[in-house]
Amino acid sequence: MIQVEELTKDYGLRRAIDGISFHANRGEILGFLGPNGAGKTTTMRILTAYMPPTAGKASVAGFDVIEQSLEVRRRVGYMPETVPLYPDMTVFEYLKFMADLRHLPDAEDKVDDVLELVHMEDRADGYIANLSKGLRQRVGLAQALLHQPQVLILDEPTIGLDPAQIHEVRNLIQELGRERTVLLSTHILSEAQQVCDRVLIINKGRIVAEDSPENLKSRIAGSQRVRLKVLGETEGLEDILRQVPGVQKVVANHPGGYELETTPGMDARPEVARAVVSSGYALAELYPVSLSLEDIFLQLTRDEPNAPEMADVDDLSSDSLDFQAYTHEEL
Amino acid sequence: MRNIWTLASREFKQYFLSPAAYLVAAMLLVVLGIIFYTNILGSILNQFPPSTQVILGPLVTLLLFATPAITMRLLAEEQRQGTMELLLTAPVRDYELVVGKWLGGFLFMVSILAMTWLYPIFLNQIVDPGIDQGLLVSGYLGVSLFTAALVAIGVAVSSLFSNQIAVFFTTLGVYLVLWLVSLPTQAMGAAGGELLRYLDFSEHFYTTFYQGVIDLSDVIYFLSVTALALFLGTMSIEIRRWR
Repeated sequence: MIQVEELTKDYGLRRAIDGISFHANRGEILGFLGPNGAGKTTTMRILTAYMPPTAGKASVAGFDVIEQSLEVRRRVGYMPETVPLYPDMTVFEYLKFMADLRHLPDAEDKVDDVLELVHMEDRADGYIANLSKGLRQRVGLAQALLHQPQVLILDEPTIGLDPAQIHEVRNLIQELGRERTVLLSTHILSEAQQVCDRVLIINKGRIVAEDSPENLKSRIAGSQRVRLKVLGETEGLEDILRQVPGVQKVVANHPGGYELETTPGMDARPEVARAVVSSGYALAELYPVSLSLEDIFLQLTRDEPNAPEMADVDDLSSDSLDFQAYTHEEL
Repeated sequence: MRNIWTLASREFKQYFLSPAAYLVAAMLLVVLGIIFYTNILGSILNQFPPSTQVILGPLVTLLLFATPAITMRLLAEEQRQGTMELLLTAPVRDYELVVGKWLGGFLFMVSILAMTWLYPIFLNQIVDPGIDQGLLVSGYLGVSLFTAALVAIGVAVSSLFSNQIAVFFTTLGVYLVLWLVSLPTQAMGAAGGELLRYLDFSEHFYTTFYQGVIDLSDVIYFLSVTALALFLGTMSIEIRRWR
């Protein structure tokens, strides 16, 4: 439904997106994940025919965004990041206006339908100016759904909502994604993880990873992490753990707690358990830690090319401690 | 065509919700009333019967200042509010957006002009044997065409900024240039003067419509200015997309 090839957009001298290619299929919820300024909004604006790309090709629902932009616009529902509303109109007037611009037959019925979909029937005659942020967001969503578009493009649809509303909007998106193509951008990782069938991680105008949330995790995770906890005496345990085959790195987190990094593709847990118990320590917990999408995200979007190094909180704090010690010596 | 009407009717209705629009309309009518009253008193002193000109003259000048206040929000407000993104991603052609905005603004200005009819009606009552109906028709036709051109220029300028104050003053500047461009020719009277006189707004109004004459070339002039301004406004929107 969405086909993007080598898309590039320059704003003056700044390159906002740099030769990105991807596609989205019917009935798929595709997540666009990236820090602010990564090029998510720019890409969406090109796909909704708001502005043309500097180079490259994009088509939505089989129509080229430049050559057949009106056809594209007829088939896309778009909710921009700052929801475009007229504060001096009522919710109903606003949606009716948008329905008229789209030449929808039975416009008033269509408006009633979308109002029901976003649970706002009771606010139809209220002025948009008096709506809360969450309700405005829903009106924006209603506007994008009016014409039952094949493709739905949502720019940060849950930004500024409270947890209950976020939950509601996510459910709605998942429901909509069953028969439509949904492209949504977010910088909230758990959202991408929960809602999307596939995630594109975009940074500095380039796609740095593309896969399902699960595959992305297992692919990039590489080495497995194991966390263990020991009660009572811990002296000498760290050295013992280091000698266990398959363990690459041992980090002591808190008294009795350790985090182990193990060789990829090898489950070191039985060996670790055996080593701990046979050495007479009281093993209380032993469990694998899967990397969160958050870790992957940080890895991929960091500037350093040596991404496989973990962004470990403990590493970071010890680094900064070292730095402080160093400056003290200097002084 | 349907989109133009949808956009224009929204715009037109919006004016009736805006206190600023009422204020502009009220000021225009009040100032026009004061000048009208003064002119009537003057006519009585001079023993000279007043014609519709005592309304048309001040009205045209007042329009130069009132129109930018009405047109300044048309596209600038969409830009500032972020709703431009909504309109430019809706299945609406750029020219439909510009023409729709123009039509909405123009219809509102025509409503204000309709209210100024109060004065000729009143004048007709107090002058014997009544006012020259031909002059009234040609005068108001001229004023309407003039307004169409002013609103079109206003829309074009409104597409350039998101700040309404900037739009107001730029629009007023363009009007005044077009209003006064033939002024130097009175002194120089040289070649090129002909061209400047042709470009001048007032030349196309005061020498014909204001005298009760409807000249097709003046009708074409105002319609051309309107079309050109709407074309430039559309270009401006398109350029905005490419930026």
